Amino acid sequence: MRLKQLCFFLLLVTCNLLLAPDGRAVLTIEITQGAETGLPIAVVPFRWEGPGKPPQVVSDIIEADLARSGRFAPIAHKDFFSTPHEDRDVVFKDWRLLKAEALVIGGVKAVAGGKFQVQFRLYGVFKEAQLAGFRYTVGADMLRAAAHQISDVIYEKLTGEAGAFNTRIAYITREDARAGVVYKLQVADADGYGAQTVVRSPEPLLSPAWSPDGKRLAYVSFEDKRAKVYVQNLGDGKRETLAEFKGINGAPAWSPDGKRLALALSKDGNPEIYLVRLDTRELRRLTHDPAIDTEPAWAPDGRSLVFTSDRPGQPQIYRMSADGGEARRLTFEGDYNARASYSADGKLLALVSRHEGRYHVATLRLEDKALQTLTDTALDESPSFAPNGRMILYATEVRGRGVLASVSADGRVRQLLKFEEGDVREPAWSPYNRELQYKE
Amino acid sequence: MSMRSLVVVPILAILALSGCAGPQELPPVEDKSVGAEAAGAADQAPLEAEDLLAKKRVHFAYDSSTIDDEARAILEAHAAHLAANPRIKIHLEGHCDERGTREYNLALGERRAQAVERLLRVLGVAGGRVTTVSYGEEKPIAPEHNETAWRLNRRVEIVYK
Repeated sequence: MRLKQLCFFLLLVTCNLLLAPDGRAVLTIEITQGAETGLPIAVVPFRWEGPGKPPQVVSDIIEADLARSGRFAPIAHKDFFSTPHEDRDVVFKDWRLLKAEALVIGGVKAVAGGKFQVQFRLYGVFKEAQLAGFRYTVGADMLRAAAHQISDVIYEKLTGEAGAFNTRIAYITREDARAGVVYKLQVADADGYGAQTVVRSPEPLLSPAWSPDGKRLAYVSFEDKRAKVYVQNLGDGKRETLAEFKGINGAPAWSPDGKRLALALSKDGNPEIYLVRLDTRELRRLTHDPAIDTEPAWAPDGRSLVFTSDRPGQPQIYRMSADGGEARRLTFEGDYNARASYSADGKLLALVSRHEGRYHVATLRLEDKALQTLTDTALDESPSFAPNGRMILYATEVRGRGVLASVSADGRVRQLLKFEEGDVREPAWSPYNRELQYKE
Repeated sequence: MSMRSLVVVPILAILALSGCAGPQELPPVEDKSVGAEAAGAADQAPLEAEDLLAKKRVHFAYDSSTIDDEARAILEAHAAHLAANPRIKIHLEGHCDERGTREYNLALGERRAQAVERLLRVLGVAGGRVTTVSYGEEKPIAPEHNETAWRLNRRVEIVYK
């Protein structure tokens, strides 16, 4: 198993080198396992009609998205027999010879008003039929979003499930600058592009949590030398303090309707799970136990929560009704299970599970309580499901540095997200809604 | 190895639980630890106390808030110093190693700071003179990812105001 994984590692597919507007690479994504098992797809480089170079190479973005999902294996361009851009130029035999099951063609054209017209067609090679075809007219700043939307369409047509390319991730970075340590809460596209700093602090930041509409983040900041919970709008940067009681104010989790947050508060002496209403700030205590109760997460239906508690002597996952009452233990395998969160369909929990002193990302299938370990690194933390439930983003440590990684929910595909500098931790994958584009 | 950890883990867990159950659960003050006994030797007492007072950190076992003999000796020295200087206030910072989840570690760091606070109270330090905070695993003093670093990072820092 070890050797096999090492071999996969050596088969590194450097998927994408992303460039910030100033040309600096923000992050590279490497598929470290499972890239070879996807559906063969040919993405023909899109035709560019306009002066100079296109502001974004849309077809490269699409190809990288599809590869990153682990469900597609893009075919190398050098093997192509033809490079069609229009429907009339497609010769299906060319693609059957390459064993491509799907074909993507298209173009980007500069049009009036500094806008761009993006057009694409998706074909099933064996059916010899067009499966989708769309045209978008967008500004330069939305070209990447348009590319991710196209990736979502392709993913959905070919897998029957929603794609999660046009989403964002929030995470915390820690850098040792000359003037001292700097912590940043950042938001980037799901492919790591376009990172923006939401909060910067000389003191630790942790536990970012997306509101269900994707417009706000709750997080914990030590800027006042103790843990307080804040809620911040991404649109205008305005923020409010949600909890600043005595002791720990931590672990914010939005209810699915966005009206309440679950928190861990130790104002009564030890951490307990509370619900707080955003409008009235009315507090409701859910747990009553001398043990540590923390890391609440809502079920998608909003009727129950899971949380971490060390009432059996070590941390395990419990579930209770959002109306209070008895908590029932869910995890029995292993002596450390913590920080659970639900998949969108409510069937799986992602959590951190310790085996032989190593901390891995695992899933718990709620139906039969089957625990499946997905990773083999030692210090894995903060698992967060993609909104389509197919991938889990988490933090790990590679050669002494904190990095982000992702794994498919079945454990088959893994990848590393490598940032240029500093430690990266505490990833949180946004929900689908993205009507409000975060801008500088 | 696995047999051993099977035995050790429940013991640590029981110790951890007893550590947070309340002052009455702590060993009585008369139960003299190594540090306290050593302080009884007249010749070395002042030096010993000074050495202990210079130590502003106490360390903990993994996933535990139990105060061991070494930590107890250090805290007794600080309690004596606080008794002799009634206007001084202190701040206790609880910390953890990097293993495990951040929010759970935040809670564990608080439990460690509270365990130290409780012992200081038992040793006669008034509650109003001690404040606590937990930084969880966020502020390691040793950045490495190994047992040595982890042992150093599981700590409560005593900060004189």
